[in-house]
Amino acid sequence: MRISNRSLTRSALVHLILGGYTIIALFPVILIAINSFKSRKAIFRSPLSFPDTDSFSLIGYETVLKQGDFFGYFLNSLSVTLVSLFFVLLFGAMAAFALSEYRFRGNTLTGLYLALGIMIPIRLGTVAILQMMADLQLVNTLWSLILVYTAQGLPLAIFILSEFMRQISDDLKNAGRIDGLSEYVIFYRLVLPLVRPALATVAVFTMIPIWNDLWFPLILAPGEETKTITLGAQVFIGQFVTNWNAVLAALTLAIVPVLILYVIFSRQLIAGITSGAVK
Amino acid sequence: MGSLKLQGISKSFGPVEVLKDINLEVETGEFLVFVGPSGCGKSTLLRIIAGLEDQSAGQVLIAEDAVDHLPPSKRGIAMVFQSYALYPHLTARGNMSLGLKQAGAGKDSIAQQVQLAADMLSLETLLERKPSELSGGQRQRVAIGRAIVREPTLFLFDEPLSNLDAALRVNTRIEIAKLHRTLKSTMVYVTHDQTEAMTLADKIVVLNEGRIEQVGHPLELYRRPANRFVAGFIGSPKMNFVSGEAAAAFGAAEIGIRPEHIALSRDNGTWRGVVSHAEHLGSDTFVYIEVEDIGLLTVRTLGETICQPGEDFYLTPNTEALHRFDASGVSIES
Repeated sequence: MRISNRSLTRSALVHLILGGYTIIALFPVILIAINSFKSRKAIFRSPLSFPDTDSFSLIGYETVLKQGDFFGYFLNSLSVTLVSLFFVLLFGAMAAFALSEYRFRGNTLTGLYLALGIMIPIRLGTVAILQMMADLQLVNTLWSLILVYTAQGLPLAIFILSEFMRQISDDLKNAGRIDGLSEYVIFYRLVLPLVRPALATVAVFTMIPIWNDLWFPLILAPGEETKTITLGAQVFIGQFVTNWNAVLAALTLAIVPVLILYVIFSRQLIAGITSGAVK
Repeated sequence: MGSLKLQGISKSFGPVEVLKDINLEVETGEFLVFVGPSGCGKSTLLRIIAGLEDQSAGQVLIAEDAVDHLPPSKRGIAMVFQSYALYPHLTARGNMSLGLKQAGAGKDSIAQQVQLAADMLSLETLLERKPSELSGGQRQRVAIGRAIVREPTLFLFDEPLSNLDAALRVNTRIEIAKLHRTLKSTMVYVTHDQTEAMTLADKIVVLNEGRIEQVGHPLELYRRPANRFVAGFIGSPKMNFVSGEAAAAFGAAEIGIRPEHIALSRDNGTWRGVVSHAEHLGSDTFVYIEVEDIGLLTVRTLGETICQPGEDFYLTPNTEALHRFDASGVSIES
């Protein structure tokens, strides 16, 4: 009886802590979302209250949809994120497979070199990157962003994936070799499906910083045609007047796609995070 | 045809030499077992035969052809792994037919081959199941089926029974022995378990630290071990080794007596000792006796010998079945 009592208080405490953290984490997001549905006056009068019949207003969304090519920004963000994600996962998995599967001179050194990118932020090289993009005439193209984000995402992807790939039994790959499967088929058909949880983990960790990034779009692709959504939302922040309705509406809209992608990956993600711990 | 020849195979991983000049010949239809303690290089040797690992020196010949430059799939081999290594995304049928599909066989002939193997291993009802829906023993049968379907000139088994529980291990062992009789193919089998080696093999190769210690028929190894290592490795319970004065009496640096070659008596005998522990198995009794000046000896007696720790016994070794070794551990022929 005492034991079950104690575990009850314990689980209550755990839930309290986790609940508190959830509230802290979600608070700014919810604040943005509820205020995006309010009139300008209501935002400043009582920023914490939910919209009611009096204060409800869609003016922010109307502005966003009317002014600027918001749909275009959206599409830019989405294509940059998805294409970068695809390259990070593909090249990351390939490099991880080579590092974990084949013995060759300089294997460890190559692995360390590739992991270096986790520790050194890519933004340190912004000036050089800008010069390089200018030389390649890639400034103001989505490809400049895709290339930078792929480079930015690869170190962590290779690090996580090569750890996971080391756990896959050699016997399985060898069975494939004896059955006459090529290394590519072994990689795509046998190994990749088995590291799917790790791929999802990498996808989430790669996707969110790319989607939210303001730095590189501002420097490499500030043109109207190539603006991403985070950059597009800045339109409404002026030096003297800021259209808060529009900013909040734009940010709320920007949350939606990442949320959808996250939901898609999340089940695999949890499997990926726990598989290392429980096994 | 079907024979395997290894000529001067060596393998090093960096500075570590795991195989040293292995020379071996396997006749067609023979069941060869590599046995040795873990880390002796037996699995590496099997992987070299399969082509999954490159040798540092030497040549592998399968059916008289040098296969060193051929990939595993072109060597005419099939392999069964310790961890089954079934493709998780394919059904049992898919697993068994993949190799033939890759080799470009026709649909009908694949179906026929799979059916044949399934009959042999009584897998008919399991063919449409995924590996995750099969038990350990069933998975290993599918893995063996996958090997049979390829109709290889050489079967390779890499500790196939190690992941099975004791009862299944005996059953599968019998199944593999039956399979060898039916297929009459050449089989190479790796294990660290000397019982498996003794029960399955036509010829045992005892490996230790990358070298072949002895090659021979199971009973030949049991009766005439070439050296102290083989003597200690083959046979269960392990052979007793005695050195010092007791060995000098037989003109050797060390003598070995198998537990089953020592007679126990309460009244008289060569050595006297005190029982330290007894294991009663019903059919046999293993008695561990602490003998003065010699140490702990294992004695195997038939049936139920009643004895308690602390009791005094006399031991008499059967001098006919005694093994004598010189100072370097090599057997002295009598």
